[in-house]
Amino acid sequence: MSDHNNIRLPEGSIEKTTTTLNLGPTHPATHGVFQNILELDGERIVKTEPTVGYIHRAFEKIAERRPYYQITPLTDRLNYCSSPINNMGWHLTCEKLLGVKTPKRVDYLRIIIMELARISDHLICNSIVGVDTGAYTGFLYVMQYRELIYEIYEEVCGSRLTTNIGRIGGFERNFTNAAFQKLEKFLNEYPGVLREFENLFTRNRIFVERTQGVGGISAERALNYGFTGPNLRAAGVDYDVRVHSPYSSYEDMDFVIPVGTTGDNYDRYQVRNGEMWESIKIIQQAYQKVQEFKGTEAEVYHANLPDYYLPEKEAVYTSMEALIYHFKIIMGETDIPAGEVYMSVEGGNGELGFYLISDGGRSPYRLHFRRPCFVYYQAYPEIVKGSMLSDAIVTLSSLNLIAGEMDG
Amino acid sequence: MNTMSLTNDIIQQKLTEKFGEQLTEWNEPYGMLTFTAPKDLNLKVMTYLFDDSELNFKFLTDVTAVHYPNRINEELAVVYHLHNLVDNVRLRMKVFAPVAQPDVYTASGLFSSANWQEREAYDFFGVNFVGHPDLRRILNVDEMDYFPLRKEFPLEDQTRIDKDDDMFGR
Repeated sequence: MSDHNNIRLPEGSIEKTTTTLNLGPTHPATHGVFQNILELDGERIVKTEPTVGYIHRAFEKIAERRPYYQITPLTDRLNYCSSPINNMGWHLTCEKLLGVKTPKRVDYLRIIIMELARISDHLICNSIVGVDTGAYTGFLYVMQYRELIYEIYEEVCGSRLTTNIGRIGGFERNFTNAAFQKLEKFLNEYPGVLREFENLFTRNRIFVERTQGVGGISAERALNYGFTGPNLRAAGVDYDVRVHSPYSSYEDMDFVIPVGTTGDNYDRYQVRNGEMWESIKIIQQAYQKVQEFKGTEAEVYHANLPDYYLPEKEAVYTSMEALIYHFKIIMGETDIPAGEVYMSVEGGNGELGFYLISDGGRSPYRLHFRRPCFVYYQAYPEIVKGSMLSDAIVTLSSLNLIAGEMDG
Repeated sequence: MNTMSLTNDIIQQKLTEKFGEQLTEWNEPYGMLTFTAPKDLNLKVMTYLFDDSELNFKFLTDVTAVHYPNRINEELAVVYHLHNLVDNVRLRMKVFAPVAQPDVYTASGLFSSANWQEREAYDFFGVNFVGHPDLRRILNVDEMDYFPLRKEFPLEDQTRIDKDDDMFGR
C-alpha cells in the first residue's frame, strides 16, 4: 500500500465543522507582527486566539542597567508612530521624580511636538483603516503631511522615526527658524488636507458601511478592559490624561475632547479625526504663546539643571565646571534620588504610563511601561466574535495596534 | 455626584474602618496614596474599592510585579494602580508574596484588563495568580524555564571578551 493512503490528520479534524485560519504573524493586513489563530464558521469568526510577543525586546530589563538619559531611545521603540510622546513621557517621569519645574516655553514647545506626533499617529491609523476598506488614495495623499511632520522633528532633533527628542529638563537645542517655518507651513496647509481627507471618507458610503456597527464595544466593557485614549473615547467615556492630570502646561490650552457613542470602527475614526482638529488648535495656541516670549525668555529651551542636563559642547571645552558635569552625566555617575513614581501621558493610543522605582543608583531599580495597546488588545477576541473575517481586519487597524508598543 | 471630592485621607479612613490594621505601610509618594495589603486580602480590598459607591475605583490602570531579593519571605511585590475616573483619584496597592510560593489571587474576575497584565507579571516574575483563567507566558517563548525580570538574572556583562562574535562586532 502506498504512503498516500496513510495520511495522518490531526485528531478530530474530520468531525470538526469549523476552519482554523492562521492570520499572521507576518500578514500584510495585520500591519505589524501579530498572530491570530481564528476559528471560522464559513466567514464568521467563532473564536480568536491572539499571540503577542514576536518583537519583545525586554526594555524593562535593559532599562535596569542604563543611565536615565539612555532610556529615552528605548521609549522611541514603543509606539514608533508617535515616538516624541513616549520620549516626553519619559522625561516628564524623570522630572517628576527629581521635582524639576520646566520653564513655560519648554512646556509649550513640548506640546507642539507632542501634538504633531499625535496627528501623525492618528493620520496613519485612519488612513490605514481606509486602505483596509479598499481606499488607498487617502493614505497616499496624507503621507506627504506625515513627511512634513517628520521634517519638523528632523529640524528639532536630527532624526525622524525613532526621535530620541528632548532631554531631561527640556530640549537638546533651541528650535531653529527652519523648524518654525516648517511648522507654519504645516499649520497653513494641513487643515485643508484633513478636510479633503474627511471628504474622501466620512460620508463615503462604502467606508461607512464597512465601519459603522462593526467592532463596537460598550463603554462599560471598554473600561473593564482598561481601554484608554481614542478607543475609550469612541465608546463615550471622556477620559483624557491631558485633561484629567495635566502635564507640560496642557491646562493653559483650550480644547475639547471628542467622544463617540458606540465604540465601533466608525466612531473610532471620527474621534481620531476630531482629535486631529483639536491638535491643530492646540499647536496654534502653543505656537502663539511661544512667539509671545521676548528677550532672553525667548531663548529658553531647557531648565537650569546642571546635574542632569548636558552642558553646551562649547562650554565643555572652555569651562571646568561644564566639563565635570559633562563627564559625570556621560559616565552615568549622577545618581537619581530614591523614590517611586507613576507618571502618565496621553499617548497616541491612550494612557502611556511609566512606573519607575529608583533606589538611588544610576539606573532604575525597576521600570514598567503601561502600554495602552497591550492592555486593550486582549479585548480583540470579544470584539470580533461573530463578525466576518474581513471586518476583523478593519477592526484590527481601527484599534491602532502597534506591535512595538504591545510587546515592550 | 459627591459635593466633597474624594481625598486620600477619606480613602485611607474608609479602608482602615473596613480592614483595620491589616493594611499597612501607608504612604503618599508624589501624592499617590500607597499601601500594602496582606496577599490573601488583595481581592477583598479591590472588590471593596470597586463596589463602594463613594470609593468607586472602577478602572485598573496597571498590574505589575517587582522583585526585592532582600525582603525575606516576601520577595515578590505585586503592584496595582487603580483609578477612580469620576473623582480623578489614583491609588497604588501592593501585596507581597514569598518567591518560593508566590500565590496571589487573580483580579481578572473583577477587571478583564487584569488578564494579560497578570500573564505578563507571571511571565517575567513567576507570580502564580490563583484562579486565573489562562495563566500562560505571554511575551516570552513558552519553553522558557525561568522568570527573567527577577534580580538573580543579571544582564550580560558588557565588557566580556570571551565571545568571538565577528558578525555583531562585540
